[in-house]
Amino acid sequence: MKNYDIVIIGGGPAGLAAAVSAKRNGIESILILERDKELGGILNQCIHNGFGLHTFKEELTGPEYAQRFIDQAKELEIEYRLNTMVMDISRKKVVTAMNREEGLFEIRAKAVILAMGCRERSRGALNIPGYRPAGIYSAGTAQRLVNMEGLMPGREVVILGSGDIGLIMARRMTLEGAKVKVVAELMPYSGGLKRNIVQCLDDYGIPLKLSHTVVDIKGKERLEGVTLAEVDKTGKPIPGTEEEYSCDTLLLSVGLIPENELSRGMGVEMSGVTSGPVVNESLETNIEGVFACGNVLHVHDLVDFVSEEAGTAGKNAVAYVKGERQTDGGQEIRLNPADGVRYTVPVSINTARMDENLTVRFRVGAVFKNCYVSAYFDDERVIHRKRQIVAPGEMEEIKLTKEQLLKYPDLKTVTVKIEEA
Amino acid sequence: MYDVIIIGGGVSGAASARELSRYKVRACVLEKEEDVCCGTSKANSAIAHAGYDAEPGSLMAKLNVRGNEMMEQLSKDLDFPFQRIGSLVICLSEEEMPGLQKLYDKGIANGVKGLKILNREEVLEMEPNITDNVYAALYAPTAGIVCPFNLNIALAENAYTNGIEFRFNTEVQNIRKIDGGYELCTNQGTFRTKYVVNAAGVYADKFHNMVSEKKIHITPRRGDYCLLDKSAGTHVSRTIFSLPTKYGKGVLVTPTVHGNLLVGPTAIDIENKEGTNTTREGLDEVITKAGQNVKNLPMRQVITSFAGLRAHEDGTEFIIGEPEDARGFIDCAGIESPGLTSCPAIGEMVAGILQEKLGLEKKDNFIATRKGILDPDTLTREERAELIQREPAYGNIICRCEMITEGEILDAIRRPLGARSLDGVKRRTRAGMGRCQSGFCSPRTMEILARELHVSMADITKSGGKSRLVVGTNKDTL
Repeated sequence: MKNYDIVIIGGGPAGLAAAVSAKRNGIESILILERDKELGGILNQCIHNGFGLHTFKEELTGPEYAQRFIDQAKELEIEYRLNTMVMDISRKKVVTAMNREEGLFEIRAKAVILAMGCRERSRGALNIPGYRPAGIYSAGTAQRLVNMEGLMPGREVVILGSGDIGLIMARRMTLEGAKVKVVAELMPYSGGLKRNIVQCLDDYGIPLKLSHTVVDIKGKERLEGVTLAEVDKTGKPIPGTEEEYSCDTLLLSVGLIPENELSRGMGVEMSGVTSGPVVNESLETNIEGVFACGNVLHVHDLVDFVSEEAGTAGKNAVAYVKGERQTDGGQEIRLNPADGVRYTVPVSINTARMDENLTVRFRVGAVFKNCYVSAYFDDERVIHRKRQIVAPGEMEEIKLTKEQLLKYPDLKTVTVKIEEA
Repeated sequence: MYDVIIIGGGVSGAASARELSRYKVRACVLEKEEDVCCGTSKANSAIAHAGYDAEPGSLMAKLNVRGNEMMEQLSKDLDFPFQRIGSLVICLSEEEMPGLQKLYDKGIANGVKGLKILNREEVLEMEPNITDNVYAALYAPTAGIVCPFNLNIALAENAYTNGIEFRFNTEVQNIRKIDGGYELCTNQGTFRTKYVVNAAGVYADKFHNMVSEKKIHITPRRGDYCLLDKSAGTHVSRTIFSLPTKYGKGVLVTPTVHGNLLVGPTAIDIENKEGTNTTREGLDEVITKAGQNVKNLPMRQVITSFAGLRAHEDGTEFIIGEPEDARGFIDCAGIESPGLTSCPAIGEMVAGILQEKLGLEKKDNFIATRKGILDPDTLTREERAELIQREPAYGNIICRCEMITEGEILDAIRRPLGARSLDGVKRRTRAGMGRCQSGFCSPRTMEILARELHVSMADITKSGGKSRLVVGTNKDTL
């Protein structure tokens, strides 16, 4: 059995940034296991620009952004295996993997960083009634066909869900010669970034129908059309509002699900809200020395934040492997999401282990205008930041400092909430 | 001229073909779809019923019990998944007890072994997720679950190996009586045969009525189902039925042989013989009714829904044999539930009729067994490592949800009557059947199909016919 200090599961943006950070923080023995034929993950099929504004202060395409990290990983001589599927990780951090050349093999790790990313929700998860013809794709599958294979999934397109991939694919399919008829969104607000609505729909005159869903799918062999209907506040279709759209393609952009089968298999505690692991300030799961970052932890909008988060996970894994972590004498503080805040990452803070600065990321459950993002240290409001708008489609954050937390020696809970103006 | 033409490559047709292939015979299966197992056989409850539902003395009762008995050995001979997990019929009140008792009595009359009426406590001990309102249940230990796809495919492959021809994309349009047999006009030309086996599922009435004045009538009775993720697969350990009504066995909840949880079906009579669309009302009904017997069903774990059509004949009985006024035409009609369970016995019966009429002799070289697609999960670690060394394709995972390797997909395509479409691969290997519903693996499986079949990606279909997955290349219309 081979031994590594840190084994990273996934060679996408999270895995790469974690590896680079770990190496720079002084660990030599690192292995990235990647199931695809190249590093970079899903960025490789995201050929549009807009990546890297935060990280590199310039606009890059997905593959360009990935390449920057691949170059760093190669320069740092970080070891990786491609076309390698991790089958299982034991609680004792023995990783079982498989590829064509080495067959089934085991690796023992001192620390594991989970960076498997996420997958798209399927039609089945929505239980949309109708036929099951060819021509129904998740937006990401269509993106792969168009951007990697040069193949057109269809000519006349309806998109359900206004997630970012769906919006990006509305533009992409239009540019490749398809007619995108409409984007329907179940919720009364878009699930994607505002800039994508403007640049991918408005600029091409593609209508966005909020509070609408697909209620029927027609066509036995190839898709022939869908029926849209308006939904009420509970998400139920309103009779009489049905509209028929003829189309040969239905793209679904209805949410992303962190891909945590391996995490569950090894006994990592999961959050019911994010479908990702429950982590502390070090992005460490309930299993000591097992860290998580990127979309496997919680679904991000921007890869820049994935890289940043993964860098933190890499650094913390190094501290764990080197045994440099402070464990004694810290305060254990819970983070409590309330009043419009759905979750926080992390969910707990130990002040001894934490760095000087900590970014707490979260999402809200509805659109709030002219509101405040507040943090209460027990009962005292410490952070009160005015925001014109916060929306479920855009991840939010607050920054906490060690200095600030240590001023409250009996602090038990930091509550993050949205307060109306 | 063929000795026998079998119309339909579903379980009835394939089982008949396989049993017939024991004899020296020239026979052919005509299938309108691009693969076997494309109609009723692919979308059902995947249950091997114990046999207490059918009326004592009926053909249904006889073939059900016989089919159930045969299934275990057949699953070993032909290497398809079958598990005898038992079933419970849930009774919710004292008022329903006569109904449950009647079912028990019918089962005894039909020769079902091991039947037992359990009280509330016994039921809850066996299945803790049964509703707290349970009053009693009928326990049938001989009931089982089966993979309907691989049962059907295994029967067809074995028949093919033993010399039965199969013609796909061949739709029978008309049947004409000729001297000494029948002439079948199809979209692929005309075929002559001494005997016809009419195993055409929901279309069996159409063909029967072309040759017989004693008309039959089949109603497509649609059943909507929801399939839940494997994480819900152990919610119950046995098949959980409601007390039956005149429309069938009600909504059941059952584990599948692949470890998922299956919930359904509805029973909605429709006109359209191709009407396999689910409806909102149907899916809602499934969810509501399933919850009456089983509590805390994790319906958020649904990964797909589908509908199948039962071939319900007005007389609610299997029609197997020669109509009086159509010599040489063997019906295998009205094969609704328990058709899947009965299929081994149906095949035996149909082949028996043909053997007698044609005076067929047994072959010396009949091959009674067939090896299915190797599932690497069943191997030890060492065996698996050896396999990958020998065939590296078994080290390459294509379907991440079900962990299906390229090796298994290649086997599915290359074997006799191999897969030609994405659904063909899916039914044989489960690639694409998991929680992401082929989002990740479909482009990869398409590539493998294109490479193996020497066609372009644009020619790959979901399920044959017009079901192409891509329509062209980027900017080709600009």
